[in-house]
Formats: sequence, structure tokens, C-alpha cells
Amino acid sequence: MEHKLSFKDYNEALKQDKLLGLKCKQCGTITVPPKITCGQCAGTDMDVIELSGKGEIQTFTTVFVPPEEREAEAPYIIVLVQLDEGPWIMGNLAGIEPDKATMEIMGKRVKMGHAVFAGDKYSDGDGARPLFSFGA
Amino acid sequence: MRKVAVIGVGMTKFSGKQDKTCVELFGEAAMDAINEANLKPKDIQALFVGNVLGDFSEGQGQPQAFAADYIGAFNVPANKYENACASASAAARDAFMWVASGFYDVVLAGGTETAAKMGTPLATRTFAMGSDSRYEYPAGITFPGVFAMLTHLYAKKHGIPLEKLKRQMAQVSVNSHYYGALNPKAHFQKEITMDKVLDGFMVCQPLQLLDCCPFSDGASAIVLASEEKAKKLTDKPVYVVGIGQASAGNLLSQKDYLPRLRSRELSAKQAYDMAGLSPKDIDVCELHDCFSIATIIALEGLGFFEFGKASEAVERGETKIGGKIPVNPSGGLKSKGHPIGATGTAQVYDIVKQLRGECGERQVEGAKTGMTDTLGGDGGTIVNLILKRGW
Repeated sequence: MEHKLSFKDYNEALKQDKLLGLKCKQCGTITVPPKITCGQCAGTDMDVIELSGKGEIQTFTTVFVPPEEREAEAPYIIVLVQLDEGPWIMGNLAGIEPDKATMEIMGKRVKMGHAVFAGDKYSDGDGARPLFSFGA
Repeated sequence: MRKVAVIGVGMTKFSGKQDKTCVELFGEAAMDAINEANLKPKDIQALFVGNVLGDFSEGQGQPQAFAADYIGAFNVPANKYENACASASAAARDAFMWVASGFYDVVLAGGTETAAKMGTPLATRTFAMGSDSRYEYPAGITFPGVFAMLTHLYAKKHGIPLEKLKRQMAQVSVNSHYYGALNPKAHFQKEITMDKVLDGFMVCQPLQLLDCCPFSDGASAIVLASEEKAKKLTDKPVYVVGIGQASAGNLLSQKDYLPRLRSRELSAKQAYDMAGLSPKDIDVCELHDCFSIATIIALEGLGFFEFGKASEAVERGETKIGGKIPVNPSGGLKSKGHPIGATGTAQVYDIVKQLRGECGERQVEGAKTGMTDTLGGDGGTIVNLILKRGW
């Protein structure tokens, strides 16, 4: 079966600050990041849509002990953001000193840009991720 | 299905970096389990082995085949299970099925890992492979990072001030080390104080060093046999009366449930239903305390406490021996250690020892029914086993 939206296409779009997802024609649920079936009803009839990239921080952490080859990035903030369209997405947060982040940021509105993880010897190439900033 | 019993258990001491290979460690645990079962290696009909990172830590693929040969179970079928930190429990569950089905009478399940060998940077990288490599890892996710985010979610959802929750979480680690100090097989045999937990360096906000389990090396193994065989070989068979397993996608796909882990709730229900038991029937539980908050989340997901109430229960001592549900009297992953591919059957090892009454100062008196809970990744796999004294 063909993919409506592959990782490759999603990743390339994210590098252009475009967040793509899939909208199920059966149940209306939006699935982001993409899967081969709807994240709610497992239906296969879905349209590719572009999301706003705006949402609200649900939770966060500041990583002080990073994985191998990501030492230069630490400390960095990871956020889970609920997009206005419903899905949650994982990204990083800019605009605040990582070691100053507290639970106060939970619930704050954010908008999406992107940053690219260049990849390491295990990762099969690069991977973009949302880089959020405050205000939306 | 036939009844299946655990008739022998073995585990190495869990530790930091070992000079031994993962196959050698497995051999030690396996031979102890086989000897305890009054069997010989030739009696083992198949191996089910958890191992996650042998290829990264030692350049060793398919250790299960070499392990079978190493212990003298020549040419028997040997399969590896990779379910992140729940690998050995997944192996044990499948081993159970093969015996319950009648296909085999005696099999060996277990696991082995040399995670400490890798050092923190590579171990952190390879453990993160249990998250979604495409949609989570680019943001720099690590396992402490996952549970750090769940901590903030838990605090907010239940309206518990973070400072208060952190002290309750610290108590989880203090309890683990209290029991670990009494366990000669534990990685850390040293008590710690709440102040020490709260003074530790920050790993992933708000989790500090002693909120986190260590990277450990070690192995564990159990012999499973049909009821008929078990009765001939031992006076103290421990029956596997309930099994459960469930999966889940990445953290994002679990958004409707977090900080609850739906895979655990589904898995535990399967195990309780199969056993015809409920949480109140469990006398002792070895659960997956990879991080202090993970214990609190597990205590609720397994049904021992209401959602939002487990952290207070820990504070009141309800998870210690003598409390409502004694949890991790082995020291748990935090203090006994966490060689990820071996952890699940090491939990079974400890429950079997408890049911046999062999745990000395950390014995739960009169324990008849015990439970294990093993989590892989950020909920990607959860396995639960319920074990019952057969005499």
C-alpha cells in the first residue's frame, strides 16, 4: 500500500517550516506525525493537510545529560505541544534560558519554526523537528 | 492450556562494568536456574533470551544461540527478544505460551545485558533508540527526558506542587536503597537519604541523579516446566497464573492518556483476568521503577492506588513491607540495578524467592501471590506476570 505521507516528505516539508499531517475522511481525526493509517480509527482514506504549527505547551523537560554526539546542544528544552488542530508533537523550545524553565511555561502559547538534527552514524540521515517560540 | 510453573531461578549479581561477556553472564544465571531445578542442560528444550544492546556493547549479535551452546543445551531453538527494558519479560511470556500449549515441557527464559560497559554517552544514545527515531529523537529525547516530562504532567494533572511531589519521589528512591542494601545481588548496597536525592545533579529537569536507575551489567534466568514435570522435580513449584502484554506507539500517540500508560492498564487487566485476581490479592510486587516517578505511575496503573494518590501512599509507607502493597523489596531497578535485557526475569527471580520465603530480612511474611511489571521504552511494551505459590 502506498503512503499518503512518508517520513521523507514530512521531513522535507518541516525543513520549510511547513507542518504536514493527515486528515481522515472517515472520522475527521488529524494524525501527526504521519502513519499509514488514521491514528484514531485505522482508516486508510486520508488527505494530506498543512497544520498551523500553533499550539500550547503541555509539558517539558530540560535535558542536562545528552546522548552521545549531542553534547554541544545541552542543556536544551524538549516540549510536548498540543497543536490547535488537536495532535501532540515533540520539539524544542527557544526564547528562554534552558536552566530557567519551570512549570510556569506549561499552558503557554507557542508557534513553530524548525531545527535540523544533522544525524549521527545510527540515524539514517537527518531529521527536522519543530523549534517552538513563545507567542501565537 | 496446561499449567506452567517456575521450577528454578538464577541471577548474577547486578553491577557496573563487568569483565565478563553477556554470554558468560547469561551462562552463570542459566546454570544456577537449571541446577536449582534439578535438571541438566540437555533437558532444556528451547531458550527465550532478552537482550537489547549486545551488538553495541560487545559487537555481539544473536547471543541467544551462543548462550544455548555455552551452557550445553546443544542445538536447541534459541530466540532473542528485544522489547527494550521489558525484553526478558516478553521472553518469559512467550516461553510460558510454548509450555502451556503443550509443545515443550521444559524451557529456559531469561535475559542478559552489559549496558554499563558502554559508558553513559553511548548508553544514553542507545537507550534512546527505544523512542521513535524519526519523530522523537531529533528533538534530543532521552529516557530520563520522557519521565521528566511525565513528572511535570503528573504534578499539573493532580494539582500536586512540584516541590512536594519531588520529596515523595525521593522517598521512592530512599525505599529502594533501603531494600537494596539488604540484597547481596544488588548493584548498589547502600542506603541513601532524602537530602542526598534532592542534592543530586540534574539529569533532566526535574529528575536528579538518584531519581534515576543506573546502567547495569547482569543476567537472569528461569526454568519453566509443565505442571506434570514440575511436580516430579520440585516440592515448591511457583505457578504462572496470569500473563499480560500490550504495546503502544510513540509518546505523541499516547496523548489522550498521559501521564497514565494505557499499555500497562491493558496488560495488567489481562493478567488479573486470567488469574481471576484483583490488585488486593497481590502480596508483593516487583515493578518497573526506572525513575522515581515511574513507580508512582505504575502503582496507579496496576490498580494498587487511585490515580493521583500513589505519591501520598509512598510517603505514608504503604509501599514498604508491612504496608498495603510491598513494592520492590529487592531494591528494584533503582538499587538492585537495571541490565535492561535481564530485568524482567530478575523480577521473576525475586518474586519466586519471596513466595518461597527465602528473602531473609527483606521477606514479605507469608507472601503467596506476587506480580511483576516491566515497561519497555515510553510504554511501547508492558508485560505483567502474576505468580502463585504451588504448595
